[in-house]
Amino acid sequence: MYLTEYEWSALLLSLKVSLTAIVISLPVAILVAWLLARKHFTGKSLLDGIVHLPLVLPPVVIGYLLLIGFGRQGWIGKPLFELTGFSFSFSWQGAALAAAVVAFPLMVRAIRQGIEAVDTRLELAARTLGASPLKVFLTITLPLTLPGILSGTVLGFARALGEFGATITFVSNIPEITRTIPLAMYAFIETPGAEAQAARLCIIAITIALISLLASEWLTRKTIRKLGGDHA
Amino acid sequence: MLEVALHSQLGELDLRCRFQSPNNGITVVFGRSGSGKTSLINMVAGLLKPDLGRITLDNETLTDTAQKIHIPPEKREIGYVFQEARLFPHYTVKGNLCYSAKASCSTSEFQKIISMLDIAPLLNRYPPSLSGGERQRVAIGRALLSKPRLLLMDEPLASLDLPRKKELLPYLAQLSKQVEIPILYVTHSLEEIVQLADYMLLLDEGKIIESGSVEKVWSSDAMKPWLEGDARSSLLTATLDHHHTSYPMSCVSLSNDIKLWIRQLSLAPEQTVRIRIHANDVSIIREKPNGSSIRNILPAQIKQIHVGGDHQAEVELQIGKFSVWSHITKWAVDELRLKTGEHVYAQIKGISVTQDDWSSVSADAN
Repeated sequence: MYLTEYEWSALLLSLKVSLTAIVISLPVAILVAWLLARKHFTGKSLLDGIVHLPLVLPPVVIGYLLLIGFGRQGWIGKPLFELTGFSFSFSWQGAALAAAVVAFPLMVRAIRQGIEAVDTRLELAARTLGASPLKVFLTITLPLTLPGILSGTVLGFARALGEFGATITFVSNIPEITRTIPLAMYAFIETPGAEAQAARLCIIAITIALISLLASEWLTRKTIRKLGGDHA
Repeated sequence: MLEVALHSQLGELDLRCRFQSPNNGITVVFGRSGSGKTSLINMVAGLLKPDLGRITLDNETLTDTAQKIHIPPEKREIGYVFQEARLFPHYTVKGNLCYSAKASCSTSEFQKIISMLDIAPLLNRYPPSLSGGERQRVAIGRALLSKPRLLLMDEPLASLDLPRKKELLPYLAQLSKQVEIPILYVTHSLEEIVQLADYMLLLDEGKIIESGSVEKVWSSDAMKPWLEGDARSSLLTATLDHHHTSYPMSCVSLSNDIKLWIRQLSLAPEQTVRIRIHANDVSIIREKPNGSSIRNILPAQIKQIHVGGDHQAEVELQIGKFSVWSHITKWAVDELRLKTGEHVYAQIKGISVTQDDWSSVSADAN
């Protein structure tokens, strides 16, 4: 089964948008997950709530908020455009931003669980061996959190691939610019007589999702084996 | 020299300690579970902050609540061997040993430490594949390689089964002789005191109730609750005189004229040795017998007699400058009409002094 040029374009755009979204939100997600897992501070519940908001808000609300925040007339979008000439509006970067926002809570949740599973006693042992808190984080906490980071990344990637509502609200449905696979499917479904094309895209979406799940399963198993599966 | 004066309220426990620990040998912190031993050394390590107090090591302030000084653990240069080895599961044994930035893993010192602990064959393995005793040896090596000024050990044998304990104890005994780092060693095991301790801090409900050389603390009234009944025993310091030429026995001298035959020691003559004599292995006779299987018959004077509720008697005997406890029945006390101040003979079974009951002592520790 060969893909048409149109399908290729939607597929590559989808991958580009999702990967960008993940790469940008991963460091922030690790930082926030670590704060939530290990630190006590005022406003922690509030931060926890805000992080989880995209999970429970209707995607159209997220798209609307992004529009008024990062659109060309938005609070951040306007000064950004005036300063750099760059705008998220109607660009693939805007689609990546929307995907990053909706993927973020899923990543934070998985990574936080991973960090909470790391034995803090190992971290204290590392401190007594002369390691600064930063070295402890980089050499003990982070490597032992790898299974959590991997599953968070895959979950986030899958969520980013499937992003629809926020994207279409924020950056519209422009072929080759913001028309990812879900948006392309939507366009076909809206078009009478394009059922076959919609079905082909549906198969592509299922295939990518399956591949990423299997890859994550394999990576996680490999990492856990490397970590010994035992924190004694 | 480690100097500690601190106060902390830890739940129900009111920890109030003031002590100095010497710059050599093993100082054992002994006490029941929950007496604050681990909290105390965690404060020395900097893992826990006391409510009030001061901790200094070699005149350098580590903690001073009045001046709001709290040096973080990574800057204290204090090694810590935990009850569970706490090896990093994602590093090999070698990676664990060389984790500290100060560990120099290509030097002769590294070779010396791994051969002392017999861990050279384990270097490429991962911690989950090691036995409990092996893990603990790696943990000790890892702490030593961080070049600490003081080594803390929190019941390093407690999580091991008996054979593993027996396997690890000789390494620990060797450690204090080969490594010139003072060690603060937490335990609640009498065996470990006999074999390892040079000095002792006796901790009870957060207070230090006795401290000093192990012989002094062992014979103090404060130790009595731990040394009742079958655990009653005496610690003697002696010099190895000579080995028997045809039987596996060694003669140790308690003083110029008092000699004791015990099971053969794996030491050279002239070495100082600490021996535990169980009260159950000491009996009393009025006159010197002329045909006894017991090799050691020493003149003694009765210092005191305690008769317990179950018709048993504990008799404290003065033998030379040492005091030795004997555990006999009340029946025997009555029949021999034993009284305080009388001169008798003490029979000591030399064969009962086993590997668990002696340790060599470095001369400068006493």
